[in-house]
Amino acid sequence: MSVLVILEQRDGKWNRLSFEALAAARAIAEAVGGSVNAALLGAQTESLANEAAKCKVEKVFVINDPLLAQYTPEGYTAALQQLIEAVHPKVVVFPHTYQVRDFAPKLSTRFGRPLISDVVSVKTSDGRAMFVRQLFQGKLSADVHSSGDPQFVSIQAGTFRATEPGDQAGSVEKFPAKLDASQIRSKPEQPFREAQRSVDLTAANVIVSVGRGIKEKDNLPVVEELAKALGAELAASRPICDNGWLPMERQVGSSGQTVAPKVYFAVGISGAIQHLVGMKGSKTIVAINKDESAPIFETADYGIVGDLFEVVPALVEEIKKSKA
Amino acid sequence: MKIIVSVKQVPARDSALRVNNDGKWLDESDLSYEMNEPDAYALEEALQLREKLGGEVVVVCAGPQRATQTIREALAKGADRAIHVEIAEGPALDALATARLLAKAAQSESPDLILTGLQSDDLGYGQTGVIVAELLGFSHATIVMEVEPQDGTVRVKRELEDGWFQHVVLPLPVVLTIQSGIKKLRYATLMGIKKAKTKEVKTIAASELEADASSSAAMDQVYLPQRSKQTQILTGNSKEVAHQLVEKLKFEARVL
Ligand SMILES: Cc1cc2nc3c(=O)[nH]c(=O)nc-3n(C[C@H](O)[C@H](O)[C@H](O)COP(=O)(O)OP(=O)(O)OC[C@H]3O[C@@H](n4cnc5c(N)ncnc54)[C@H](O)[C@@H]3O)c2cc1C
Repeated sequence: MSVLVILEQRDGKWNRLSFEALAAARAIAEAVGGSVNAALLGAQTESLANEAAKCKVEKVFVINDPLLAQYTPEGYTAALQQLIEAVHPKVVVFPHTYQVRDFAPKLSTRFGRPLISDVVSVKTSDGRAMFVRQLFQGKLSADVHSSGDPQFVSIQAGTFRATEPGDQAGSVEKFPAKLDASQIRSKPEQPFREAQRSVDLTAANVIVSVGRGIKEKDNLPVVEELAKALGAELAASRPICDNGWLPMERQVGSSGQTVAPKVYFAVGISGAIQHLVGMKGSKTIVAINKDESAPIFETADYGIVGDLFEVVPALVEEIKKSKA
Repeated sequence: MKIIVSVKQVPARDSALRVNNDGKWLDESDLSYEMNEPDAYALEEALQLREKLGGEVVVVCAGPQRATQTIREALAKGADRAIHVEIAEGPALDALATARLLAKAAQSESPDLILTGLQSDDLGYGQTGVIVAELLGFSHATIVMEVEPQDGTVRVKRELEDGWFQHVVLPLPVVLTIQSGIKKLRYATLMGIKKAKTKEVKTIAASELEADASSSAAMDQVYLPQRSKQTQILTGNSKEVAHQLVEKLKFEARVL
C-alpha cells in the first residue's frame, strides 16, 4: 500500500477538490510505486464511499461515527491517526481545503512529520516523490521533499484534473476508529451564510476588479471610470474589502464570489490562488500590473505591464472613442 | 487575560525577489522587511482584547537578528513585552521546526490565548498556529474572523469556503489563527515608538530552547514558476497598448 488520499464531504455532499486530490494521489503513486487507497470520514457516508470506489482506487476506508457527523479537528485527527497507524501509507494526500488547513497540520505533527501544503505538481527524484509548491503567493516555486515516512501533502485547487468515475469499482471497507467524546473539546455550531448579498456579481457580463495596486481609497475613481465606460460591475480583491474601501459583497475569490463574466479586468491584482479560484472561469481575462512577473499574467489572456494610473485613463479614452 | 501573539518578519510586499547562487533560497542582500500582514491583524485583535479585558500582550517572534525591527514595531503599537527566538539567517525553517521553537518559548509563559496570522506571506505554509496548539495540547481554531471571550471559553467565528461561516466554542487555553481584515489596523504613535524603546525584549538563541528545530521538509530548488499559458503581452506606451487592447477585445475576443 502506498498512497492514502483523504476525501472530504459535508452533510453528504462532496467537496469537489477531493477528486483533484485523487488525481494527484494517482500521480504520486506512479512516482513512488504502489496503489491508491482513499478514506472518507463522517456519520453516514456509504453511498459516497461507493461513488469514490469507482474512481480508480483499490479500496475506500470508511470511518463512520456519530462523533464525526460534524467536523472537529480533534475527531478527524484521532480517527485518521488510527487509520494511518493501521495501514502505514507512504504518502498521505489531502485536498487543500479550509478544513484540511484546520486539522492536517495537527495530524502530521502527531507523526512528527511536516505537512507539505499547497502542492501544485509532483516530480520524481531517486524513486521518491518531489513536490512543487508556491512561495510568496505564487511569485516563486520550490521543489520540496521530506525524508522519512509517511509524507503528508495537500494539493492546491485547480492543479490536477479531477478523476472521473469509471466502470471498475474498488472495495469499500469499514474502519472502526475508537473515538471518545471527551477528546473533542471544540463545540461547533451550525454553519451559516450571511444575509443575502445585495450585489450579484455573477450576473455581470463585464467586471472591473481592483487590487491593492490602487494604493488608496481616494484613487478608486480611476477604476470606477473604467467600469462606467464599459458598463461593468466593480469588484475587488480581498485587501480592498478588508480595508473597507469597497463593501465585502464586491470581493471575488475563495471567500468572496465566484464569477465567470465575458471579460474580467484585473487591475493592480497580483493573482494569489485565493483570488484566482474566484475568476479563472472568466471567458477573457485582462491583467494590468506593473510587475511583469506577477502571477496574474499566467491566467490572463491579455496582459499590460505598466502603471495602472497611466494605463487605465488611456484605456477609458480609447473605449469612449470606440463607442462614439 | 494573558495573550501571546506570534509574529513573523517577511520580505516587504512589493520586493523584487531574486534567487540566490545555490538556487535554494532568496538573495536577501537588498531586501527590505515588514511584519507579516496576517500577524499584524492578530496583534491588533490581541491589543483590542486587552483593552477590553485587561491583561498582557506578549509578542513572540522567531527570526534572525533583523527581526528586532518588527518586534519593536509590535511594541510601538502597544504590546507589553517580547520574546525573540533568534535563529540563523538563510533558508527558512519548515513550519514544524518553527512551531517547535515557538511552542517552547510560549510554554513558560502559560498563556490563556495564543494568536497568530493564518499564514505567512513568504512561505505560506499556513500551519504554524495549528502545530503550536498540538505541541502544547491546546485547542485551536483557524481562519478566525471574530473572537468573543466568555467564561473560561472563547466563541469564535470561523470562515469556511464559498461564503459560509461557523461559530465554534473552545475551552482555554487556545490558539487562534486570525484572518486578515478582522479589525482595522492601528498605526504606531510617536508616543508608542518612544515607549517601545523601554519595553523588555528577551532574546533567546534557538539552541537554548532544546527543541528539535531541524527542518525535515527541505527546499531543493527555488525558481520562477514556468509559464505555461500563452498570454499576449501588449507593448507600447499607454495610449498604444490601450488602443491595441480595445481592438483585441472587439475583433479577437469579440467581447466589446
Ligand atoms: C483563507 C484565505 C482566503 C482568502 N480569500 C480571498 C478572496 O476571496 N479574494 C481575494 O482576492 N483574496 C483572498 N485572500 C488573500 C489573497 O491570498 C491575497 O492576499 C490577495 O488576493 C492579494 O490581493 P491583491 O492582489 O490586491 O494585493 P497584492 O498581492 O498586494 O498585489 C498588488 C498588485 O498590484 C501591483 N501594483 C502595485 N502598484 C501598481 C500600479 N501603480 N500599477 C499597476 N499595478 C500595480 C503589484 O505589482 C501587485 O502585483 C485570501 C487569503 C486566505 C489565506
